[in-house]
Amino acid sequence: MTATFPARALRALTLVLTAGAAGLALADDDENKRLNINHPEYRSECGSCHIAFPPALLGAESWRAMMAGLDKHFGSDASLDAETSAVITKFLVANAARRDTAGSDGRPQLRISDTPWFRKEHRDGHDGITPGIFRSAAVKSAANCAACHRNAAEGDFSERDIRIPKNGARS
Amino acid sequence: MKSHPLRMFLAGAALLASGFATAETPADFLTRYQTEARQSTPGFSASAERGEKFFTATHGGEWSCSTCHTKNPAARGKHASTGKAIEPMAPAANPERLASTRSVEKWFGRNCKDVLGRTCTPAEKADVVAWLMNSPR
Repeated sequence: MTATFPARALRALTLVLTAGAAGLALADDDENKRLNINHPEYRSECGSCHIAFPPALLGAESWRAMMAGLDKHFGSDASLDAETSAVITKFLVANAARRDTAGSDGRPQLRISDTPWFRKEHRDGHDGITPGIFRSAAVKSAANCAACHRNAAEGDFSERDIRIPKNGARS
Repeated sequence: MKSHPLRMFLAGAALLASGFATAETPADFLTRYQTEARQSTPGFSASAERGEKFFTATHGGEWSCSTCHTKNPAARGKHASTGKAIEPMAPAANPERLASTRSVEKWFGRNCKDVLGRTCTPAEKADVVAWLMNSPR
C-alpha cells in the first residue's frame, strides 16, 4: 500500500490539473470551442469545394438566404436537389449563431468573413495577423480557414492549433 | 410519434437500397450518355479525343474544366477560388469517380453551368467520360 500511495497522489494531482485546464478552456473565448459540423450530408455536400464551415458562424437568416441561392454561390453553381437542401438547411438553422448576422442594409450577410465578429478576430496585428496575409499565395482567401487553423476541417478552431504562414510559406 | 421507429426503419431501408442502386461503373455512364446522344444523332460514337478538347477549352467564359481539374485526369486539382484540393477525375486514379449517378449528374450539372453557362449535352458528357476512362493511373 505504501508503494501505491505516491502513484495515487500523483494521479489525483493530474486530475486536478486537467480539470483546471478544462475549466480555463471553457472560460476562454467562444472560438476555442469545438464547433458542431457533425452532419454527414452537410459535410459531404458543403465540404467539397471548401471546408464545411461551422454553422455557428452565421445566423439562421443568413443560412436560409445562403441555401435559397445555391445556384449563384459566390460565383459558382452549387445547386442541390430539394430534399438534400432541406435536410442541410434544417441542420444549419438548428446550429446557427444565436445572434443574427445582418449587414448594415439589414439583409442577412452571406460571407462569414464580412461579419463584425470575424473582422474583429482577424484584424491586422491581432494574434500575429499581418496585412495582406489573406491574399498571400499560402492563404489565397479568407475562406481558406485551414491555411492557419490547421484542424478547421474538423470544426476545431482552438487557438493552440493556429499557425500563420510566414512569407507565403506554410510553417 | 408512434410512426417514428417505422419511419426510421423505412428511411434506413431506402438508404440501403439507394446504396446498392448507385453501385455503377464508368462503362455504365459511357453507355447511358452515348445512348442518349444517339436519340438526336443516330450513329453517334463517343470520342476521347473530342472529350479532351472539350475538357481543356474555355467555352466563352473565364474557366475551362481543366482550370480546376488540370489537363491531366490522373492528377489532383485545385479549386480556382477556394484553393481546396480536388481528387483526380480519372477512375483509374480515383475509384470514387464515375461510380454514382447522383454524384456524376450533380457535378456535370453544376460545373457545366460554371464553365459553359448551360447544361452539357449527352454527347459532350459521353466524350468527357470516354476521355476520363482512357486516362492511365
